[in-house]
Amino acid sequence: MSLPKVENMAHLARISLSEQDIPLYTHHLSDILSFVEKMNSVDTSNITPLAHPLDMVARLRPDIISETNQRDHFQTIAPQIEAGLYLVPKVIE
Amino acid sequence: MHNKSLSELSLLLRQRECSSVEMTRYFLDRIENDNRLLNSFITVTPDVALRQAKVADERIQSGNAETLTGIPLAHKDIFCTQGVKTSCGSKMLDNFIAPYNATVVEKCQAAGMIMLGKTNMDEFAMGSSNETSYYGPVKNPWDTKTVPGGSSGGSAAAVSARLTPIATGTDTGGSIRQPAAFCGITGLKPTYGLVSRYGMIAFASSLDQGGPLGHSAEDVALLLNVIAGFDARDSTSLNHPKEDYTKHLNDNLAGLKIGLPKEYFSEGLDPEVFKVLEAARSELEKAGATLHEIHLPHTELAVPIYYIIAPAECSSNLSRYDGVRFGHRCNNPSDLTDLYKRSRAEGFGAEVKRRIMIGTYALSAGYYDAYYLKAQKIRRLIRDDFVAAFKQVDVILGPTTATTAFKIDEKVDDPIAMYLSDIYTISVNLAGLPAISIPAGFVNQQPVGLQLIGNYLNEAQLLNVAHQYQQRTDWLMQNPLGIAG
Repeated sequence: MSLPKVENMAHLARISLSEQDIPLYTHHLSDILSFVEKMNSVDTSNITPLAHPLDMVARLRPDIISETNQRDHFQTIAPQIEAGLYLVPKVIE
Repeated sequence: MHNKSLSELSLLLRQRECSSVEMTRYFLDRIENDNRLLNSFITVTPDVALRQAKVADERIQSGNAETLTGIPLAHKDIFCTQGVKTSCGSKMLDNFIAPYNATVVEKCQAAGMIMLGKTNMDEFAMGSSNETSYYGPVKNPWDTKTVPGGSSGGSAAAVSARLTPIATGTDTGGSIRQPAAFCGITGLKPTYGLVSRYGMIAFASSLDQGGPLGHSAEDVALLLNVIAGFDARDSTSLNHPKEDYTKHLNDNLAGLKIGLPKEYFSEGLDPEVFKVLEAARSELEKAGATLHEIHLPHTELAVPIYYIIAPAECSSNLSRYDGVRFGHRCNNPSDLTDLYKRSRAEGFGAEVKRRIMIGTYALSAGYYDAYYLKAQKIRRLIRDDFVAAFKQVDVILGPTTATTAFKIDEKVDDPIAMYLSDIYTISVNLAGLPAISIPAGFVNQQPVGLQLIGNYLNEAQLLNVAHQYQQRTDWLMQNPLGIAG
């Protein structure tokens, strides 16, 4: 894995990496990716991927409201709020 | 008192030889005395505990008690507890007071159990040594220079040192069984979907499963009775009828077929650990079981595909930590992207960041088929290996870990070496099967874990085999030095 690739991964994951951290992450991520290469020793062309170990399908429920409004309760742990709204840096000029 | 089983503690309470308040104070004192050395708790909750104990005492007095009413326990700090900090071992959630209870916590409360506190763990359950916790490493009570295992290392160490009679944990790739093995206790990972994941902070949703860590199979069965069961709030919860997991503990093992996977007893397994397991095998043979060699041919692919599937799911699950609604937020963000990036960079530790980045990579455009889809295909091969094996045998026996507990700092700079310490436990999560680790002896005064893997929803049978083994051996009676008290 190259340095620019790691920087791109960090960007996609929305994690800032400092200049001095990048080489170590590059080293570790490359190790992990070469370790998982072992997967390619198996031919899986006719195998269906397994998403759920018991082959269960997602349960559906009627489309009716099941939760009560707890906005105030949930906002007590928010980093920054005002008038019931979450505050973030200005997005639209 | 701390050496008593849950049934014995329950009897003490019912016969009024001890009140729940007294019992709770007793264990809180033990935590006060020994937790500094072990660091097994992130938060101790004496006020909550004593309040719950008072209510439990009233319930016992009025004759409304259940088996575990009044008995203390500790919850892994991954289970949301209303009004009490739930950190998941991360700086990201250092200020997080959960607004609701996890189903597991709710069920324990409804049974009248007493919460002593929240136990230390690897950050977001990502780790096999408890060294990735923001709150510092947990020490193994058997040798404080070694790790307790992870990620449920705080729960395992606290039970092992008898700071709590029993604890909850979670297991995504071995996080209940591996620390149980390293700390010389019993830990059960139930069938995927048996215990609700509601309010259990998500790491890899198709693998995560909560379960009990206790001294004996009987104790573990009693807590499983409380926490298992269908929950409409967890979309992957199994609608399986309620069972009494203690019912078959005393069944005879005559005719039981035990499978020994050739791949689990090959190179890589410490020869001393192998000897301990050999002795355990013959003990079970004496109890009437027969041993059969079996094959799980795709075993060596389990760790590699796990390190695609688990990070992929984790990168998605952990995208919720954005510094906006709850959790850590950086100071003075210049714009929204800066807010996300710096909040996450400051809030997450190195192992969590590595896994998020690997997962992001495996799911990104152009790589999805080569990594994630390929891994999901091999996952089916691993599952099918077990399905075929269970046509020949009733349970599978193997090591929980290749060695006894390793030294603190030994593997911390080498992620791959750390990942490989879960080599015998990870396949079970990929296949969604139940498995238990029980103490089977010692190598150089360090406990060795024996793993039993069962067919889907066969927890009762696993607990039966474990209990019968524990009736014939006295490993459970041994306490770490300096902890015996």
